[in-house]
Amino acid sequence: MQGKLSNLFHLPEKQWLGHVPLPRTYTDYLGRKLLLFLLTVQGLGAFALITLGVILRKSGMAKNVIRPRIRQEIARAGVALLPMFIFIALALGFLVVGQTVAALEKVGAINYLGSTMVIVVVRELGPLLAAMLVLARVGTANVIELGTARALGEVEALEALGIDPVHYLIVPRVIGMALGIFSLTVYLIIGTLVSGYLFAFLQNAALTPDNYFKQITSALGWLDFVLLALKTIAFGFFIAIVTCYHGLAQPLRLEDVSRVAVRAISQGVIVCVFVDALFIVIYLFS
Amino acid sequence: MSEISQPAILEIRDASVAALREPSLMVVEEVEWTILPAEFWVVAGQQYSGKSDLMMLAAGLMNPAGGSCRVFGCETASFGEAQLAERLRVGFVFQGGQLFNRLTIAENVALPLRYQKNWTSEQATESVKTLLDILELSPIADLTPPNVAASWRLRAALARALILKPELLLLDNPLHGLGVRHRQWLLHFLDQLWRGHEWLDNRPMTLIVSTEDLRPWQNARRKFALLHEKKFVPLGLWTEIAATENPMVKELLAEPEEIIVATKSL
Repeated sequence: MQGKLSNLFHLPEKQWLGHVPLPRTYTDYLGRKLLLFLLTVQGLGAFALITLGVILRKSGMAKNVIRPRIRQEIARAGVALLPMFIFIALALGFLVVGQTVAALEKVGAINYLGSTMVIVVVRELGPLLAAMLVLARVGTANVIELGTARALGEVEALEALGIDPVHYLIVPRVIGMALGIFSLTVYLIIGTLVSGYLFAFLQNAALTPDNYFKQITSALGWLDFVLLALKTIAFGFFIAIVTCYHGLAQPLRLEDVSRVAVRAISQGVIVCVFVDALFIVIYLFS
Repeated sequence: MSEISQPAILEIRDASVAALREPSLMVVEEVEWTILPAEFWVVAGQQYSGKSDLMMLAAGLMNPAGGSCRVFGCETASFGEAQLAERLRVGFVFQGGQLFNRLTIAENVALPLRYQKNWTSEQATESVKTLLDILELSPIADLTPPNVAASWRLRAALARALILKPELLLLDNPLHGLGVRHRQWLLHFLDQLWRGHEWLDNRPMTLIVSTEDLRPWQNARRKFALLHEKKFVPLGLWTEIAATENPMVKELLAEPEEIIVATKSL
């Protein structure tokens, strides 16, 4: 099994790179950054593949322990964030939809509201905002919890008990976060579209609820539903992988935890933007 | 207690041990060690002599940096899912316990049982309650580890290691920071385990403990070893180490006051 986890992703060359003197030229600097980037990608890729492998191989193992933990993670990354998401949905509706309605009405393009909303809220803003909020609120907690557990030797304790740390600590977080972000995105989109109409209604926009929702439904295709599900699950998967990787996969001391948390959140944002860009390409080609 | 004809429980051959947190740093080298069933080994050494790393190697939690380590005939470097049965024959108690802070003491003890046997918490209740009673932990069963004194945390960690009834139990510096009452209790309880406790169906257990102080472990039938200057030195039985002239052994046998006096005279 291995304190073996500690060595699996341990990249001594990476630590060495972080401590060498400042480079003398910009090319040295860029080279070092590129090398660090590639090593991080390698570590994250290996961690993601191992996690996927454990999810597939051990799906039926220790169900009475793992399923309650998954429910706990869904509650943490989903249900517990619902009040905050309702608030954000209301604010987003007022800020984005309400203003868009007013702007489109001025130029007589109110009939384009549905497709505009689908592009802005359903395809882009909803999933990305949901992912960022979960990253900030749950991802940070993940790194700190796992980093502290690692620093206190809890991972070695799991291994000593014959418990796979990836199965016990990572799999519930990955599944919980993927399902949590998916559900929260759906609520965020519905809340935003409804509150947006309320704001437009208060502005006396010449748009009936019937007309508004008809425009939105006609602008939505089956691909939007499929890609929305895939995108949000991908966001959840990668956010969990990045935050768990930084918290768990490398030996830490307690004083390292805050530094690692900052790095994990930065990388989480970058990964989300990459995933989003990938889905934009899919939309464009479809 | 041991019989030469029995197969070795643990065999370490020409092994080098690296530090867990710094794999490039060798803490012990050229370890040759064989442990037979129902032996009680005490490994002594000063702080940072590599005791914890050697114990983790012997438990199969670390791979040797060189040489080989076999537990129940199974190479620890290849310990994986297929060798889980061998893995579970080994129990390990970390210095400080390393309990899971979010779980209660009872949940900590139940976790290995529930995970390995896919039991619900109700199914594990009876076994956990019995073991908690044996280790006098029932009054604090519903508390989380941060709310429990260190001595009780160690006892809870011992319960967690025993819940799966291992055959080999390793304890890393178990007397560290214990008060007199807990120290006496632990020494007595480990002796009971070694001789055969009812929890283990009266089967004698093989024990390895590490320590910074040899005196509490005095017993004619225990075997002793020393970690000093990156070397693993088997010392033999108590009668042999009591007569030794090795200055490190003398220091580990000395009363704290004697060490202070010796340090002052330097």
